Amino acid sequence: MNATTAMEVNAEARRILAVSISKLYASRSQRGGLRLHRSLLLSMVMRSARDIYHSSREIEGPSGAQPTPEPMETSSSPGEQTVPEPQPEFQTSEEPESGDEGCDGDITEDKENMSPTKQSRKRRGKAAAAPDFLPSKRARLEPGEERYAAPSCRAGESLSALSLNLNRAISAF
Amino acid sequence: MGEDTDATPTLNHRGFLPDHNYVTEADIISTVEFNHTGELLATGDKGGRVVIFQREPESKTEPFSQGEYNVYSTFQSHEPEFDYLKSLEIEEKINKIRWLPQQNAAHFLLSTNDKTIKLWKVSERDKRPEGYNLKDEEGRIKDLSTVTSLQVPVLMPMDLMVEVSPRRVFANAHTYHVNSISVNSDYQTYMSADDLRINLWHLDITDRSFNIVDIKPANMEDLTEVITAAEFHPHHCNLFVYSSSKGTLRLCDMREAALCDKHSKLFEEPEDPSARSFFSEIISSVSDVKFSHSGRYLLTRDYLTAKVWDLNMESKPLETYQVHDYLRSKLCSLYENDCIFDKFECAWNGSDSVIMTGAYNNFFRMFDRNTKRDVTLEASRESSKPRAVLKPRRVCAAGGKRRKDDISVDSLDFTKKILHTAWHPNENIIAIAATNNLYIFQDKLNSEMH
Repeated sequence: MNATTAMEVNAEARRILAVSISKLYASRSQRGGLRLHRSLLLSMVMRSARDIYHSSREIEGPSGAQPTPEPMETSSSPGEQTVPEPQPEFQTSEEPESGDEGCDGDITEDKENMSPTKQSRKRRGKAAAAPDFLPSKRARLEPGEERYAAPSCRAGESLSALSLNLNRAISAF
Repeated sequence: MGEDTDATPTLNHRGFLPDHNYVTEADIISTVEFNHTGELLATGDKGGRVVIFQREPESKTEPFSQGEYNVYSTFQSHEPEFDYLKSLEIEEKINKIRWLPQQNAAHFLLSTNDKTIKLWKVSERDKRPEGYNLKDEEGRIKDLSTVTSLQVPVLMPMDLMVEVSPRRVFANAHTYHVNSISVNSDYQTYMSADDLRINLWHLDITDRSFNIVDIKPANMEDLTEVITAAEFHPHHCNLFVYSSSKGTLRLCDMREAALCDKHSKLFEEPEDPSARSFFSEIISSVSDVKFSHSGRYLLTRDYLTAKVWDLNMESKPLETYQVHDYLRSKLCSLYENDCIFDKFECAWNGSDSVIMTGAYNNFFRMFDRNTKRDVTLEASRESSKPRAVLKPRRVCAAGGKRRKDDISVDSLDFTKKILHTAWHPNENIIAIAATNNLYIFQDKLNSEMH
């Protein structure tokens, strides 16, 4: 993939990301609550778009610092969609997977979310309304940020900034 | 398979204004289902109503009016609710209707919205008692001084009245949105499936259900797939299948374990790496799964194809049918206008020789598995005059119109989608739901199954 194509792919990936995020916003106010299936598919598209974006940034950027092995795994074949890290980079994609419904504007601290091994002290009703889908109040550090910190995070800088803004926006929602 | 199908008069569902761009959302049909004999046809809509149509018996005097479906009963099945705990509105839209096999004079059906399943009894009343001693004809208490003799009330014929009453309400068993219900061949149990769990119910017991499938991960961040549809085997009451958003089917045997998380068979087609795109996951998500009447095959629908699977072969489908492959290059715009999330259903004919599914522009497609021929037909007022023969349609690539009636991909109306279709269990009669209109087509030339 040459630099021009990489730029086009990059722009396309950004556009799809923007569209996906706006859909995510819209789905929160949908009647009937968040649809888990739809949210899952949206987050998958966003993850693919993010991976493509990173890989195309790798290629189009001036050949300067060596990319770390970790991002190389995801960027070596832009066509591949495998995501090595289990945790999605964006808080936004976390939420649909963890929040099927009922988290509109609800940012109360959820003790159960902080440590999965803690036993829940809440009684579970028949509907098993486990509140583990509520997002934790603390902003999560993107795992990518820690890993990229060493080579001073060239590839995902602007995108990470974009996602941080989104995190704040979604928390405020 | 005959492409010559007669169009019976379109049955206007309700509230259709002359300017057909304006449609009351509550009137949008969300499910269509024939009963086991095909005599009754039920539709559910977004407003929570169920309309049941009954087929008129054949009339010897007027041969052409045989077998037309007329409205039999209408009732409000579900109302919008509010979940106060989660601050969520629960939609009243009917997601699925399933008929129970008829065991006495009354008919029973299950209808479900996102959270609650209800069992309805549909019965006829054509006689009423008359001649009460203490009440007059309007039901007012008589003045006792006017009663001079005793009479025994007699049953007098009356205009047929169809009564519908809720017999069971199966509530509070689903955290996520219910997408399927399926009655077991034992006629005593049924299952309901939501995004992550499947519950087994007894038809007579409403206060508890058994959870038989649970794919919820311990950590919701690890969620990778959801359940999209589920159905019991038509003959083996221990077998059921469920489809996932990853395009896999799992056949489970309830005799193996109480919790059927471990499948007996996994049906999965290896992905074609050259066809990878942003939207590969979305278009591989199975939107509907149906056992064949024989129980030997499975029919699945994903966004672009319909596939027939043999229960004995897990590695790949037996047959793959392209429903609208011309959309493959348009996935990005279909993602933007949300159409890529549309969930199309599919149907078998009575002899399992033809499969049918819907598409856009009010088109629906039928594929003959034996002759390998397929046809595209349109369900619209303009093209369906009563008794008219439906004309096959064709979609051609943008810019290349070879025949007069061809329609180009770019002119397709994506707001007109046929998501719900049903096929009569024995005859060549199909019911097509096009937004808020129900079309019923009969094949008069080949009305018996061959």
